[in-house]
Amino acid sequence: MSEAAALPPREHRAHGADPHLAHHFSSLERQVDASRLGMWLFLSTEVLLFTGLFTGYAVYRYSFPAAFAASARTSEIWAGTLNTAVLITSSLTVALAIHFVRAGRQRAAVVCLAITLFFALAFLGIKAIEYTAHFHEHQLPGRYYRFESVRLPGAEMYWALYFLMTGLHGLHVLIGMTVLGVIAWRTAHGYYSARYYVGIELAGLYWHLVDLIWIFLYPLLYLI
Amino acid sequence: MRQSEEDREKLGAPPANESYLTDGTTVMSWLNTRDHKRVGVMFLVAVVFFLFVGGVFALAIRAKLLYPGPFLFDALTYNRLFTLHGVTMIFLFMIPAIPSAFGNFVLPLMIGARDVAFPRLNLASFYVYLAGAVLAVWAMVHGGADTGWTFYTPYSTTTPTTLFPLLLGIFIIGFSSIMTGINFIVSVHTLRAPGIGWMRLPLFVWGIYATSIIQVLATPVLGLTVLLVALERVLHFGIFDPARGGDPVLFQHFFWFYSHPAVYIMVLPGMAVISECVATFSRKNPFGYKAIAFSSLGIAFVGFFTWGHHLFVAGQSVFDNGVFGVLSMFVGIFTAVKVFNWVGTMYRGAISFKTPFAYICGFLFFLVFGGMTGIAVATVALDVHWHDTYFVVAHFHFIMVGATIMAFLAGLHYWFPKMFGRTYHEGWGLVAASLIILGFNATFIPQFLLGNNGMPRRYYQYPEHFQALNVASTAGATLLGFGFLIIFIYLVIALRWGQRCEQNPWRSKGFEWLTPSPPPTHNFDQIPRITQDPHDYRTHAPSGVYSDV
Amino acid sequence: MNETLRRFLFLPDQASTFALEVDHLHYFVILTTFVMSTAVGLTAILFFILYRRRSESQTTPHIEPALMLEATFVIVPLAFFLLWWVIGYRISIQLATPPADAMDVYVQGKKWMWKFAYPGGPNSVNVLRVPSGHPVRLLMTSRDVIHSFYVPEFRVKQDVIPGRYSQIWFNATAPGRYQILCAEYCGAGHSIMRGEVIVLKPEEYEDWVSAQHRGLATKQDGPPTALDFAPPLGNLVDQGRRLATEQGCVKCHSIDGSQHIGPTWLDLYGRHERLDDGRIVTVDEGYITESMMDPFAKIVDGFKPVMPSFANKLAGPEVAAIVEYIKSLQSDAVRTGPSEGPAYAPVRGR
Repeated sequence: MSEAAALPPREHRAHGADPHLAHHFSSLERQVDASRLGMWLFLSTEVLLFTGLFTGYAVYRYSFPAAFAASARTSEIWAGTLNTAVLITSSLTVALAIHFVRAGRQRAAVVCLAITLFFALAFLGIKAIEYTAHFHEHQLPGRYYRFESVRLPGAEMYWALYFLMTGLHGLHVLIGMTVLGVIAWRTAHGYYSARYYVGIELAGLYWHLVDLIWIFLYPLLYLI
Repeated sequence: MRQSEEDREKLGAPPANESYLTDGTTVMSWLNTRDHKRVGVMFLVAVVFFLFVGGVFALAIRAKLLYPGPFLFDALTYNRLFTLHGVTMIFLFMIPAIPSAFGNFVLPLMIGARDVAFPRLNLASFYVYLAGAVLAVWAMVHGGADTGWTFYTPYSTTTPTTLFPLLLGIFIIGFSSIMTGINFIVSVHTLRAPGIGWMRLPLFVWGIYATSIIQVLATPVLGLTVLLVALERVLHFGIFDPARGGDPVLFQHFFWFYSHPAVYIMVLPGMAVISECVATFSRKNPFGYKAIAFSSLGIAFVGFFTWGHHLFVAGQSVFDNGVFGVLSMFVGIFTAVKVFNWVGTMYRGAISFKTPFAYICGFLFFLVFGGMTGIAVATVALDVHWHDTYFVVAHFHFIMVGATIMAFLAGLHYWFPKMFGRTYHEGWGLVAASLIILGFNATFIPQFLLGNNGMPRRYYQYPEHFQALNVASTAGATLLGFGFLIIFIYLVIALRWGQRCEQNPWRSKGFEWLTPSPPPTHNFDQIPRITQDPHDYRTHAPSGVYSDV
Repeated sequence: MNETLRRFLFLPDQASTFALEVDHLHYFVILTTFVMSTAVGLTAILFFILYRRRSESQTTPHIEPALMLEATFVIVPLAFFLLWWVIGYRISIQLATPPADAMDVYVQGKKWMWKFAYPGGPNSVNVLRVPSGHPVRLLMTSRDVIHSFYVPEFRVKQDVIPGRYSQIWFNATAPGRYQILCAEYCGAGHSIMRGEVIVLKPEEYEDWVSAQHRGLATKQDGPPTALDFAPPLGNLVDQGRRLATEQGCVKCHSIDGSQHIGPTWLDLYGRHERLDDGRIVTVDEGYITESMMDPFAKIVDGFKPVMPSFANKLAGPEVAAIVEYIKSLQSDAVRTGPSEGPAYAPVRGR
């Protein structure tokens, strides 16, 4: 990282210069850099959180290959595939929102964010349908497992991991939706501009991670 | 010697009795502060409180262990006590102490910044810590868990004691740790004053930086692990339940994947403090600056790959035992490098035997002894005898108390004038340091011998032939407790009635001493432009007002 | 020399073939540790004396270490550490490799006792008798939580895990009594979960074994059970099958899934049974044991309460054997041939 640019001799900057600039940063550019770095670091914590679950999945898949394969086959591939398409498209729309803000087209940006939110809701809706189906079939974790068609040892472990992984992911979708909602509101009220849009960027980064995690979940839980 | 008012006015500094402490005196001005210094002080108060809580638990345990049979309280209470001692000390004291108390206060000063990168996140990290701590206290008051701080399954998933709030509390505190880590990393990357390149960073900053990396990468795994245990208790998911195909040892892998790097979260900041203090009190440049700086990163990196040494007798394969053993040896080398360089720093220095230096001497002896007993347990065959005995207890207390807490005390005494603008009574400082070093030896060396003799840990009752060593250890613990009490007393007295000191009583070249003691809220009137290293003693630093380096 | 150091370091007696080797490594490592930590401490003090500050404005030269010096202080400790690792690892491989002629004993840890069963022989609680000078392999599991089997004088320890078998072996060198301690926290009784290894001279051990087989009351560890009089069987499952027939269990409980007077034993273990009061229980060891001791505590929905109690008819090991047998009756584990014992790795070693 390069060192700070030379500062004016008298420390009292004209703070009227930019309302977004905090007093302890030497320039807005540096502050935005800092925000981005902070966000990437936070995203790495999320990756590690899910890595633990993926490791658990790997360990138990190794122990119970038949049960895992059989259980995964009973999940609805159409739902998973549709959800994947939905999330990927929502990542596109949030990236478009940033593009529009940078181009000064606030209204288009708000529309894109709204579409992203809609897709997120659609994702959760499809997941809800799947969960309901699983509940009805008693494809449940641990001691609640009663699915007759797959009675191999380790089947309940698959469903424990399924609900843990998709549940934690769903929680992150909800958090992402909240963040996007706040950002959308702010964009609609002119808080961001072509010069300063870091909030939307960070929200976008978070959303892309949520999407990325799903892209790993999808094959593990639906395809193999 | 009082600093001259003229000097102060020349630099446009506020009058001597105005500082971050006086800038707003209402409770709300503290509770709603964005000032990293105030957040640091609040953390200091909180962690010291929990140090005493954990210490009381420890004294209760040692009191019971005076007699081999049932005494003072029953086994269930004893089991809760050692669990809560571990949880309080590790999560509520050791992990946050040096980074969140001293790091928060001193790190921005050391990089010539006005604050950390995200001041509101900093305040949030304090409240998140408090929330987790409150839950933990709530769990303690309601009987507390009896699983040991390691929560091994299936015991932890089936015990009827109050575990859920404790697990939740730890989960929440983890977030505080992550927030602090993110804040420090971003601060070091983006807020350094002109002239402070990476190779001119004070060594304390390097140590905290390395710690922050571990905090960010390792803590999420802890969060997941306690979450899984909590879910298994409540919903019986069966992830670790053998009756449902689960693997109890998988828990151990998950747990130690965090908890081994966690011990480096605990020791690296201590080493960071020692690096600063050795340079200042030897008044000499660090012997191998790059070696000390990079070895911190080395410990952070390699430390992630050694967790399996906690599972040598847990049914891990012989091959894995070998791999984890070797990697543990490599982690030890980085510490050896640091010790060599710290001692080398003293060579041809100008050493002043003040209280912080006394703690440095204690630290060095305890770190080498404790660290090498760590290497000893990593040789697999020896660990078979020592695992889960008092030998391991002594080993980790040597590092956590003998090294880190000595370093914490060194830092506390070193930065006390900076933080509060007053000095403490040096004579009592040395007395307390001696008591602590003596008491510590008396407490924990018998425990190495107990472990050799075969006494397992977490034993409420024990075979009678272990009694003599247990009595010796309890005697030492009492001495240790007195030492801490004395420190607490004279520091509190100094806070209120201590003699006001000049800006730089230690004549350190560290950048934090470029501001008044205590500093004003905005730290620096002008962000300094740095042209010298922070540990360069070829020229001397004045004790009074100075701001040119 | 060995004895002096052993006493100085408070190490227990060296009562197994490992102990001396382990202790030698111990001495090497610990003495080096003493020396190094004292050296560092003394050097710090020496430097303080030699280089103490003489005036308040004293300055110091800027000194950096030669790379060779730094490298030396990396390579020399690393060499020691790796040497210790090599020695320790080789010993640990020995610890993990029982010799081919080791005698097996099955161990079950449970809160808060140790149960031992000899293949084809007696069972005992908390007392393990072994011959001296002969390698003994312990095949261990836990009934509930993780425990750890530890005999300080032998320098051996191994965690005992539910749902899994772990093994450890030792060769006790001298007759005597040695304490077994549980070394993994397991609850309120953790510190009193102790046992004893009684190492007998080989002839005395043979005497004891044959006395057990003859069922002589004066020489047994506990009251004689049906297992003592039966021909030796290799594993608990077969013992359980035999007992189930002799005690008449199979008159009411089928083993092939067919409906009969009592619930079928096929897939019973792990099943979620609905009781007549609407509760659902999971069938585990506790439930099966309770059903044998107090059959009216829980009545399965659809069955009449006609089961007699076996509280005074079956001893602990017999109950365990029947439980193991029931556990083995899983429909996807049905084998057509004769049942085999648990599949331990064949003992390979020097």
